[in-house]
Amino acid sequence: MRFVSRVGETIAVKNGAVEGATASTDLGFGLRVLKDGAWGFASSSTPGLEEVLAVADRAVGIAKASALVPGQRAKLAPVEPVEDRWESPYKKDPFDVKLADKLELLLSAEKRVRDGGGGKVMVAQASAGARREEKSFASTEGSYIEQAITECGAGLSAYAVGPGELQRRTYPNGDRELTGCYGWEAVEALDLVGNAERVGQEAAQLLEAKKCPSGPKDIILDTTQMVLQIHESCGHPTELDRVYGTEAGFAGTSFLTTDKLGKFKYGSDKVTIVADATVPHGMGTFKYDDEGVPGQRTVLVDKGTFKNYTTSRETATRLGQKASNGAMRADGWNRMPIIRMTNINLEPGDWTLDEMIKDTKDGVYMEINKSWSIDDKRLNFQFGTEIGWEIKDGALGDMVKSPNYTGITPEFWAGCDAVGDKKHWKLWGTPNCGKGEPMQVAHVGHGSAPTRFRKVRVGVGQ
Amino acid sequence: MTAKERIQEVLEKCLRFASADQTEVVVTGQDTYLTRYATNYIHQNTAETDTQVSVRSVFGKKIGLAQTNALDDASLKRTIEHAERIAKVQPDLLDFLSLPSKDDAGEITAQAVFSDRTAASTAEERARAVGRITALSVKNGFDAAGAFSTAVVRFGIANSLGIRRYTEATRANLSAIVMGPTGSGFAEGLQSDVGKMAVDRVAETAVGKCRDAQNPVAVEPGDYEVILEPAAVADMIQFLAYMGLGALALQEGRSFMSGRIGQKVTGENFTLWDDGTDPAGMAIPFDFEGVRRQKVMLIEKGVAKSVVYDSYTAGREPGKKSTGHALPPAAQIGALPLNLFMKPGDAEVEDLIKATKRGILVTRFHYTNPLHPVLTTITGMTRDGTFLVENGKVKSPIKNMRFTNGILDAFDAIEAIGKRPALVDMFGLGVCSAPAVKLKKFSFTGGTEH
Repeated sequence: MRFVSRVGETIAVKNGAVEGATASTDLGFGLRVLKDGAWGFASSSTPGLEEVLAVADRAVGIAKASALVPGQRAKLAPVEPVEDRWESPYKKDPFDVKLADKLELLLSAEKRVRDGGGGKVMVAQASAGARREEKSFASTEGSYIEQAITECGAGLSAYAVGPGELQRRTYPNGDRELTGCYGWEAVEALDLVGNAERVGQEAAQLLEAKKCPSGPKDIILDTTQMVLQIHESCGHPTELDRVYGTEAGFAGTSFLTTDKLGKFKYGSDKVTIVADATVPHGMGTFKYDDEGVPGQRTVLVDKGTFKNYTTSRETATRLGQKASNGAMRADGWNRMPIIRMTNINLEPGDWTLDEMIKDTKDGVYMEINKSWSIDDKRLNFQFGTEIGWEIKDGALGDMVKSPNYTGITPEFWAGCDAVGDKKHWKLWGTPNCGKGEPMQVAHVGHGSAPTRFRKVRVGVGQ
Repeated sequence: MTAKERIQEVLEKCLRFASADQTEVVVTGQDTYLTRYATNYIHQNTAETDTQVSVRSVFGKKIGLAQTNALDDASLKRTIEHAERIAKVQPDLLDFLSLPSKDDAGEITAQAVFSDRTAASTAEERARAVGRITALSVKNGFDAAGAFSTAVVRFGIANSLGIRRYTEATRANLSAIVMGPTGSGFAEGLQSDVGKMAVDRVAETAVGKCRDAQNPVAVEPGDYEVILEPAAVADMIQFLAYMGLGALALQEGRSFMSGRIGQKVTGENFTLWDDGTDPAGMAIPFDFEGVRRQKVMLIEKGVAKSVVYDSYTAGREPGKKSTGHALPPAAQIGALPLNLFMKPGDAEVEDLIKATKRGILVTRFHYTNPLHPVLTTITGMTRDGTFLVENGKVKSPIKNMRFTNGILDAFDAIEAIGKRPALVDMFGLGVCSAPAVKLKKFSFTGGTEH
């Protein structure tokens, strides 16, 4: 059983006015029951013991209904019972900062975005958000766990409009307020005001920028685009429930079938990818997952070889592993936990960004994801970014608008020949990972440094 | 106390507790059930009961919003205080005029679609329906996956200018993806009355498609004639709506409609409208501000006619009134059409195939996403049944293809339109009624291994 409460606040200003300022509270409880190997789940936002008992009865009834259809039955890997409490660390409680001060910061930054756009930016926005989730977990196996997770962040965006043209530029990384498990100190560290004019300027410049060239090029992806690249082409295909087909009805399955485990060449030897729920301040950081399994670090891809999945107690057993690696997460009180990414990170290499650019003869450098699409086995993808710059003979050249690239996942990662070093490595939050029916939106993290991929098809449909 | 009485009590309490110049309260209650199956067994089975309250407080031209799902008096009072405190510290939203009044909201005669059978449906009934699909799948040696959901949703809206609304609606969705060793098939159903769900038709269609989809061959990317079945057409229409059929996108110059009202934007045989009162869709007769939903012609015979408005966006244009398309209060994207209808034609899908010299038949799209909202360029993959058509006949299944194409370009290239529209879920919020179409040209830009 989980009891979950969330408080949230979002503030968005646009073109000199408040677009939306919202405070929210959401609480309730959910019970997941396993009867004769079949699952039932019921939840309610109505408080009181009477309702808890009614919901428990409903969950058991649903589990009995599930058993009416024959087939696979769940066996759970063991987990040690634990009693614990954990809170994600932060320095400055975002809910203690005065709303008026937040608004002043956002309005000031947003004005500078417009100033930077020189009349070409039709929509300038600044937003900030905070969320605190308190959850209590109890199981019939004897665990009682409390966790409190605080997230915070802010961002800017500029939309420049020209004849038949719309270009977007954002800071720090796309349309998202929440960027990590921090307090208000994360917003202060962003220096929104100091970055605002550049955001407006670059949105306006993109209107006049040339199209991204078409054809095979070497590409260097900034950490902001690596977030999406890792998320879609490694994070999702290594979810073991997806491999077993339980996401087939919605977002699809995975090319990383179990026969490939331990031997499939996922990428070049530069590619080591981990699922790490223990890294500080990640949006996929927690001490226990929603089955009461400790958060941990698991190597998914080791020097290019596919080594492991993110798992649950049920799927770990099915795979023949002794224990879950702790990736079961639910989006609130009213959702059943499913396998979710934690922080899926590309381990750093030993290149600086300057060295990488100098070493590139004919390429494109790309920043911040703008569009994404990938097939139902996570093989064929096409991703677009907000902005790019040509690389010619070892130097950054002209800005290009709407750059995009396409590839087949293992071929693409096989072309990875340079990964940035620790100094260039950065952990980003992704607060909008959709999966499951009913839809669940997870907050996950992705860390990487700028990374180069050889001979990638760019400028599709230009 | 009935659910209706409980929601009405919350609405009136909130208005009593409020001290703002204007206050709006929106209460949505829902009982939702979803049975999820894969590899021919039920792996998730859920129930949820929730009631959410949103309060918009207005002082002059300042607006604050707060939400809660705790319905005790103390929580409601705290939520209203939050909304009012948020409003008071803001600068004026200069182009905000007012929340809609009772007169603005209009008289309502249409009914929401509601079915007692859906409201009373049980987990056992859903499981037995799923069992019919999985049994047919097993019999054919395939794996079936999908979901069967039912929901009762209750909407209560009240504001301090006299609006009082309440309605209840039901919805049932069934999807089936049936997978064989080398290909898959798909079918779905969407009804207000779960008793009308054609479970066996969904099962037989998905299994049949899967059978036909085995052993696909690769074809080269390029421009092809294409036949799009209703799910693929509805996918394009929902992105058209998201990118440009709301007033805010038009006003901000982000819409393909910006500066083009009255101009030709597609072929003459394409007509699209929104009608939230048509019982052929999922009718709910008022929007989230309580304003009567109006039928709005969006594109008529290829000519851009109008976009949809809520009270705020209507107030930004002289003489405009809300068309009854406000989204829930926390949405910051303006009004959107949620009950879309594309005008059907007179052809059967078989006619569209017969008229194709060399083309591709698409069951549905997967993971579609916009590339360029003004040009309406999107990209995505085909999924669950893609076929090569030659000389008027389906020649063979083919491996999935990536497409990159403008939506307006596609609807400018319609050669023929199917006569049997299907109702397709749209972003989980609305619906789209779309027929199959045959296009002269559609660009496929890549392939994949399956």
